[in-house]
Amino acid sequence: MVWVSDIIQGILAGGQFALFACGLSLLFGVMKVVNLAHGDLAVVGAYVGIGVIAVTHVPFLWSIPIVCVLMAALGYVLQRSLIQTALNRGELTTLIVTLGLSIVIENGLQQFFTANTRGYGVGSSIESSSFKIGSQLQIGWLPVAIFVVAVIVLLALQYFLSQSKYGRMIRAVADDREAALLSGVNARHVFGIAAALAFATVGLAGVAFAMSGTVAPSDGTDTILLFAFASVVIGGLGSLWGTLLGGVVLGVAQEIGAQINPSYEALAGYVIFLVVLVLRPQGLTARRSQA
Amino acid sequence: MTGQATTPDTPILEVRDLTVHHGQLTAVSNVSLRVRVGEVYAMIGANGAGKSTLMRTIAGLHAPTSGQVLLDGADVTRVRPEKRATAGISMVPEGRRLFPSLTLEENLKVGASYARKGPWDIPAVVDLFPFMKERRRQKTGQMSGGEQQMVAIGRALVANPRVLLLDELSLGLAPVIVHRIYDVLPRILDSGVTVLLVEQDVSQARRVASHLHCLLEGRTTLEGPPSEFTSEQVEAAYFGMGGTH
Repeated sequence: MVWVSDIIQGILAGGQFALFACGLSLLFGVMKVVNLAHGDLAVVGAYVGIGVIAVTHVPFLWSIPIVCVLMAALGYVLQRSLIQTALNRGELTTLIVTLGLSIVIENGLQQFFTANTRGYGVGSSIESSSFKIGSQLQIGWLPVAIFVVAVIVLLALQYFLSQSKYGRMIRAVADDREAALLSGVNARHVFGIAAALAFATVGLAGVAFAMSGTVAPSDGTDTILLFAFASVVIGGLGSLWGTLLGGVVLGVAQEIGAQINPSYEALAGYVIFLVVLVLRPQGLTARRSQA
Repeated sequence: MTGQATTPDTPILEVRDLTVHHGQLTAVSNVSLRVRVGEVYAMIGANGAGKSTLMRTIAGLHAPTSGQVLLDGADVTRVRPEKRATAGISMVPEGRRLFPSLTLEENLKVGASYARKGPWDIPAVVDLFPFMKERRRQKTGQMSGGEQQMVAIGRALVANPRVLLLDELSLGLAPVIVHRIYDVLPRILDSGVTVLLVEQDVSQARRVASHLHCLLEGRTTLEGPPSEFTSEQVEAAYFGMGGTH
């Protein structure tokens, strides 16, 4: 029974990982930008939420849309300025620029908010409330809620990309930027919208992360970025459902590793990551022909 | 874009003394052209003569070193390519450049995203190329070269351009397919679209064009209605042998 519980916890943790990863996947899929600041931006999202609550005293649920909107605006502005400038100089430049951004954000947060961990202040009643299935399975409401939100976000992103006018233009620009320009599509604006979406999801992911525990400036690169990368690579680049699957595989591996020995939690995740890289480098869901 | 008043004499598209560099290389050198409404203006020339560079500069994908591009009298030399497209310059780029992960219909829809008002819409394009009727949901990456070329033309047409730039339509296509594609040209012209095309195949260009313009190493070597020139003159201008016109 303890294994069933582990697997369920792992699947639910996968929702959080997928939420982290979908923005990373979107930015890479559309603009070929490997955003090394992605984890730190999640932390920024969490701090923005904590700040919004502290200043305006809104209920914590209200802080979520506020964070998403603010992060989306930040994403649009950063894309139109810093990231686009880097892109104009080549895809490799974006690696260096986002690495620099990551360092600036992490150290900036430490400077102004100390290195201490912070909670989101949702209250212990929500953090620890759970329900039982049978006599031995106990499942927290919050992880379930985060998993459901992750699935909704992925569904919405998928629908937006495949059905909407802007989604179509995003795919067109990703396919062939020049041809999109020739069709009258403002590629910079379209990239800005894609970045806004990616940043909104990473802000949401940061808030969810802080709600289920605590958040500190160093979490961005130490855990979030690595988990997001692992999820994307395990699932297969460019596939949103692959990202969810990747998150779930990573989550289950970590829970099972922790069950064997608490110090194996992170190790198990990376072992799975490496195994997938060796045996199926294109990821679990992607076809090899897709670049 | 503050243009002068349009007179019947104003060309719909004009290029004045255009010079374009690729790094150190001069790809286009002091080329001028005037395309009048309803014309089929054909640029001919050998590989590397600068035809495609000229087209890309007119579409806004290259910045010229000097010279001007005017659309209906308005200077668009510094206008971004996406704004030129919405102002009425649409290009079918060399190599077709479709969006391979999008379906045929999605390709056309992207082309129509910022369309001007006019006779062309997706049903009109499907009517022009009936093969599209059954293939709307197919990814264009899986289509034949000729079909892809037709989709590329359709994608440019649904924007309702004033000037349609066709870059090397016949490249890599069987002659019978090329003929079939050129067969739709009269219907495009009838809808009020002016055509500027680049063609390596001189006989094809002579067949459809109302005006010929030959480039050799980036310079104009011959220009005028095709009836004014003998084949020998065109050949000399094309290959750079003997005197120019």
